[in-house]
Amino acid sequence: MSAPYAKLPAWADYGLIPLINVTVAFIVAGLVVLLIGENPFRAAVILVDGALGRGQAIAYTLYYATSFIFTGLAVAVAFHCSLFNIGGEGQAYVGGLGVGLVCLAFDSVLPWWLTFPLAIIGAAAFGAAWAFIPAYLQARRGSHIVITTIMFNFIAASLMVYLLVNVLKPAASQAPQTRTFLEGGRLPKLNFLLDAVGLSVRSSPFNLSFLLALLAAFLVWVLIWRTRLGYEIRMRGHSPKAARYAGVSETRIIIITMLISGALAGMMALNPVMGDQNRLQIDFVTGAGFVGIAVALMGRSHPAGIVPASILFGILYQGGAELAFEMPGISRDMIVIIQGLVILFAGALENLFRPSLQALFAGIRPAPVGIEAKQGERV
Amino acid sequence: MDFFSTLVFLLDSTIRVSVPLLLAALAGLYSERSGVFDIGLEGKMLGGAFAAGAAAAVTGSPWIGLSAAVAIAVFLSLVHGFASITHRGNQIVSGVAINFIAAGSTIILGQAWFSQGGRTPLLGGDARFGAIQLPFAGSLSDVPIIGELYSDLLSGHSLIVYIAFLLVPFTWWVLFRTRFGLRLRAVGENPAAVDTAGISVAWLRYRALICTGILTGLAGTYLALSQNAGFVKDMTAGRGYIALAALIFAKWRPVPVMFACLLFGFLDAFAIRIQGTALPLLGQLPVQFMQALPYILTVILLAGFIGRAEPPRAGGIPYVKER
Repeated sequence: MSAPYAKLPAWADYGLIPLINVTVAFIVAGLVVLLIGENPFRAAVILVDGALGRGQAIAYTLYYATSFIFTGLAVAVAFHCSLFNIGGEGQAYVGGLGVGLVCLAFDSVLPWWLTFPLAIIGAAAFGAAWAFIPAYLQARRGSHIVITTIMFNFIAASLMVYLLVNVLKPAASQAPQTRTFLEGGRLPKLNFLLDAVGLSVRSSPFNLSFLLALLAAFLVWVLIWRTRLGYEIRMRGHSPKAARYAGVSETRIIIITMLISGALAGMMALNPVMGDQNRLQIDFVTGAGFVGIAVALMGRSHPAGIVPASILFGILYQGGAELAFEMPGISRDMIVIIQGLVILFAGALENLFRPSLQALFAGIRPAPVGIEAKQGERV
Repeated sequence: MDFFSTLVFLLDSTIRVSVPLLLAALAGLYSERSGVFDIGLEGKMLGGAFAAGAAAAVTGSPWIGLSAAVAIAVFLSLVHGFASITHRGNQIVSGVAINFIAAGSTIILGQAWFSQGGRTPLLGGDARFGAIQLPFAGSLSDVPIIGELYSDLLSGHSLIVYIAFLLVPFTWWVLFRTRFGLRLRAVGENPAAVDTAGISVAWLRYRALICTGILTGLAGTYLALSQNAGFVKDMTAGRGYIALAALIFAKWRPVPVMFACLLFGFLDAFAIRIQGTALPLLGQLPVQFMQALPYILTVILLAGFIGRAEPPRAGGIPYVKER
C-alpha cells in the first residue's frame, strides 16, 4: 500500500507512526468511557492491573494473545498479496472442526504429543479448505474476496451449529458441544513457564499452542521475506501487473496465499479447543478472527509487530473482563469499539499524522527528504 | 384462492424484508458510483437504527428518531470520507473499522443509557412509523384478486417503505439525468478528467457519501421504528453485506438494484415461510441451512451467473491530484 508521501526514517515509519496512531485510538476510546460516565484513567488502571497484575492474569493474557497471533498472521499474509481476508472468523471456526475430529478419533489411542501434530494438520487443512472457495472465486471468477469471505463467515456459523447440534453432540447431552476429550486430546499447560520466573499461577488456560504461535510467526517471517514464494506474494501485492509481467501466475499466487492464510486462521482453533475447553463448542472463536484484522494493521503485517500487538489485545481481553466486574457499564463489547478505533487509526487513517511528522523531520534535518510525489501512483 | 392468499402473504413479507436491503443498497450505489467502496453500510445502518431507537424512546417522536438516525449515519459516512478521501486511506479497512465501532458502541451506549442489555426501550405506536392505509383499501378488500393485491400487498406499509421504492426512480433520475449525477458517475470512472474540468473530486465524493449516510440512516430507522419497536443489539444481522452483494449483483444500476433486493428479500421470506415444512424431493431442510441460504446464494450469484461484475473503474483508489 504505497502512498504518495515522502519517506520518513525507518524507525519513525515502523515505530513512531503506529505508536501515535494507536495512542490516538485509545484516547478516543477513553472519550467513549467518559461518555458513559466512568473515569477513563481509573478504567485504564483497572484494565492493566487486571491483565498484568498477577501471574494468573498474565497467563490469561497470553492465552488470549495466542489466538490473536494466529489470526493476525492470517490477515497479514493475505495483506502482503493485497488480499483482504475478513474470513478469519469462519476459517478458525471450521478449523476447530478439524481439531475436534482429530481429537475425537485419536484421544483414546494416542498420547497428546502424537495427537498434537495430527490436530495441527487437521486445523490447518480445514481452515485452508474454508478459504479455498473464496480464493478460487477471486482468482478465477473475479468475485470480490472481501464479500465472499464475509459470506463464508455466516455460512460457517450455520454449518457448525448444524454439525454440533445434529451430528457431533453426544445423544445423552443437551448442550450443543462434543464430548470432552480424553488425555490424548489435551495440550499441556505452560503455567510452569510463568512459575519459573517467580509468578504464581494456580490454573489457567495458557497452553502449548502459544509456542506454536511464536513458531508460526517466525515461519511467516521466513516465508514472506526469505523465500521465493514470499517474494512472489509480495510482488503480486505490490503490483499485480509487474507480477504478471514477471511470469507469476496470479491465480496460483492468490490461491496459495489464501490457503496459507486460512490454515493460519484455522490453527487458532488449537488454542481454545485442544488447549483449554477440551471439547468443540458453539462460538468458541468469539471474535478472534476479527481481532486479527486490527492486530495485523497495528503490527504493520510484520510478525515482529503482530506478536506485541496480539499481546496488547490479550491485555484488553483479559483486563476488559476484570473491568466489567468493577464498572458494570463497561462490558466486553468495549473491546469491539477499541478494535474498530485501532483499525480506523492504524489502518485507514495511518497517514493522518504523516504530513506533520514529515514537516517536523524536514525541519530537524534540512537534507532532501524526497518530497516529490510519484505521479498517478496507484495501489 | 388459498394459494393466491399465500402468494400475496409471501410477496407482502418480501416487500417488508427487502426495504432495508433496498435502502442500504441504494446508499451504497451513491458512494460506490463516486469511486468510494463502502463496506461500512452495515455499521451505518446499525448506528442509525440505534440513534432512531434511542431518540424515539426519549422524545416519543419518530421524526426526531429519523433525524437522529440520519445525523449519526451521515457522521459515520463523513468519518469514512475523512479517512478514505482526505487521507487516502484504504476504503475497505475504513469501512470495516466503522462496522466495529458501530457494533461495539451501540451495545455499550445502549446498556449505559437504558440498562436493558443493549436494547432501547420498547416503543409505543406513536413513536414508530406505523402502517399507512392507502385510500379505499378497506372498501376494495372484498374485490377478488385486485382487491387483495391492493389492500394486502400495496397498502398497509409504513411511510418508509413507500419512500424506499420512490427512491429507486429518483436515484435513477439523479444519477442519469442531472449534472450532479453525471459528475458523480464521472468521478467514479475517471476522477482526473473531472479534476481537469475544474470540479473538486473530494467535494463530489463527500457529497456522494452524505447521500449514502442519509439513506443508511433511513434504513436504520426502518429497522428500529417500523419493522421492530425499538433497537435490538446487532439488529442489522449482516443486511449491510447482503445489500452490498445486491449492489454488485445489479452491476451498480438503480433499477436492477431494486430487483436484486426483492429477489434476496423473497428468498428470505420464502425461507421463513417453509421453515419446518417438508418440501417435495428435498424433505425437511435444517433450519441452519435456511438461515445460511441467502449467504450461499449470494456467493453463487457472485460467482456464477453474473460473471465478472465491472465495478466503477476508479472504485477503491484514493485520488491523488497530480502535482
